[in-house]
Amino acid sequence: MSDVGWISPILTAARPHAVAALLRNFRDLDLAEEVFQEACLRALKTWPRNGPPRDAAAWLIMVGRNVAIDTVRRRSRLHLLPPEELISDLTDTEAAVADRIDEADYRDDILRLLFICCHPELPATQQIALALRIVSGLSVPQIARGFLVSEAAMEQRITRAKSRIATANVPFEAPGAAERFERIAAVAAMIYLVFNEGYTTSVAEHGARAALCEEAIRLSRLLLRLFPTEPEIMGLAALVMLQHARAGARFDSQGGVVLLEDQDRTLWDRRLIAEGLALIDKAVRHGRPGPYQVQAAIAALHARASRAEDTDWSEIDLLYGTLERMQPSPIVSLNHAIAVAKVRGAGDALAMIEPLADKLGGYFYFHGARGAFLLQLGRTEEARAAFGHAIALANTAAEAAHIRGQLDRLARGAAL
Amino acid sequence: MQYAILCYHDEKVTSAWSKEHDDAVIAKLGVVREKLVRQGKLGPVARLLPTTAATTLRKDREPPLVIDGPFAETKEQLLGFYIVDCAGLDEVIGIAKELGEANPGGAYEIRPVATFDPGKVAS
Repeated sequence: MSDVGWISPILTAARPHAVAALLRNFRDLDLAEEVFQEACLRALKTWPRNGPPRDAAAWLIMVGRNVAIDTVRRRSRLHLLPPEELISDLTDTEAAVADRIDEADYRDDILRLLFICCHPELPATQQIALALRIVSGLSVPQIARGFLVSEAAMEQRITRAKSRIATANVPFEAPGAAERFERIAAVAAMIYLVFNEGYTTSVAEHGARAALCEEAIRLSRLLLRLFPTEPEIMGLAALVMLQHARAGARFDSQGGVVLLEDQDRTLWDRRLIAEGLALIDKAVRHGRPGPYQVQAAIAALHARASRAEDTDWSEIDLLYGTLERMQPSPIVSLNHAIAVAKVRGAGDALAMIEPLADKLGGYFYFHGARGAFLLQLGRTEEARAAFGHAIALANTAAEAAHIRGQLDRLARGAAL
Repeated sequence: MQYAILCYHDEKVTSAWSKEHDDAVIAKLGVVREKLVRQGKLGPVARLLPTTAATTLRKDREPPLVIDGPFAETKEQLLGFYIVDCAGLDEVIGIAKELGEANPGGAYEIRPVATFDPGKVAS
């Protein structure tokens, strides 16, 4: 069998389990990663011939351990290399290994790995880079493209994160209940950051950065398998799925931003929407709402509306009110104001955001929304000034182009 | 005789498939399905969402117990399935409870359907 394309998804799926178990054995991130790579190379060599093992993760862990022992021996130059057949021929031993490594061990291993990547001493940018490298197995160039930084800069960021982990005396034991809860929240936050990193993008960068959104979805499914009854994790997974489902409709062919209300909803990914809706449905039954669930519920209302005019804005208005109480932030208030504009009019919305000027004065969306409200109220001069501020603060060419479109419409309106 | 063919695979692997790979697999299956349709042999086909979207109703106790996640015990075996059209999870659970009252014991796993084709076979 010359085509080995079928192997790559198996290796990707096994990776978090295998790297996490190797880390438990060797307590060394670099070594765990290195021997996992070597085990993958051997898989590519032997699986096409022998077929995939029954438990791919167990196979990779076994081979990885042998490679590590071999590496340590080679480094100490005390022993001759064992022949490769002894290391990678696992047909007899595999079944026994698979029995010993059960799901409970895997669960603790992966949690430990995720907790290490989200160590509180690491800044958020390093946490997400490290998780994408170690847990997801993205290459440094892939991650660098996702973050729009040079490969050298990303390499350095990951190296720094690893050396901080090495010197931080990270406990390899499973944390206690209270700490565990805090750490899960940190892992969820990290996954959402990965998602946002990919979501905040313009079309030219879209291909490279969409990979981050897909990775965030995979990580959220992984976390959900570890905590299948935690409603906030269901909420997180639903949120990233429902938002990413709109990816295909967010930009036009010229790379311009297409606002939610103008998007061609037939381009939305129906299967991701179905999965997101099913998860938020499950979460709600627990009666323990949290910020991810509320945000997912808002995204769900958009997803359920087959036309923009069918959107249940009064429900969205209520949900944003809930979110503001749970997690007060000027950004949440700004988003709330957009719902308020739909339900109660631009006047109320404008009154809501005026007090946010101090905090959001440097934020593109604040001036964009303010301009739109002023325009709806017929205050065109002020609207023009607000759009001018927005353009100056645009992060991407697509954002700037969108506001320029508003200004052009304003100019045309004035000329009429 | 009608037969059900139950599809098993490691969802960690299938969810690691690229969009292109997934599309290619579905296209290849489509060819086989078309042939079976022409022969009048193909009944309903459903692709299910991942088990993380699953809920299980244990009906071996009173009142029955609703648990998050797929049905995982191995001492029971898969004996059949229903496809129901509902507004949401609450409604499906209600229906499952009603079915469970008629036939207590065991469990129902509730899995949202991702794609569904009613097919057509002589009954």
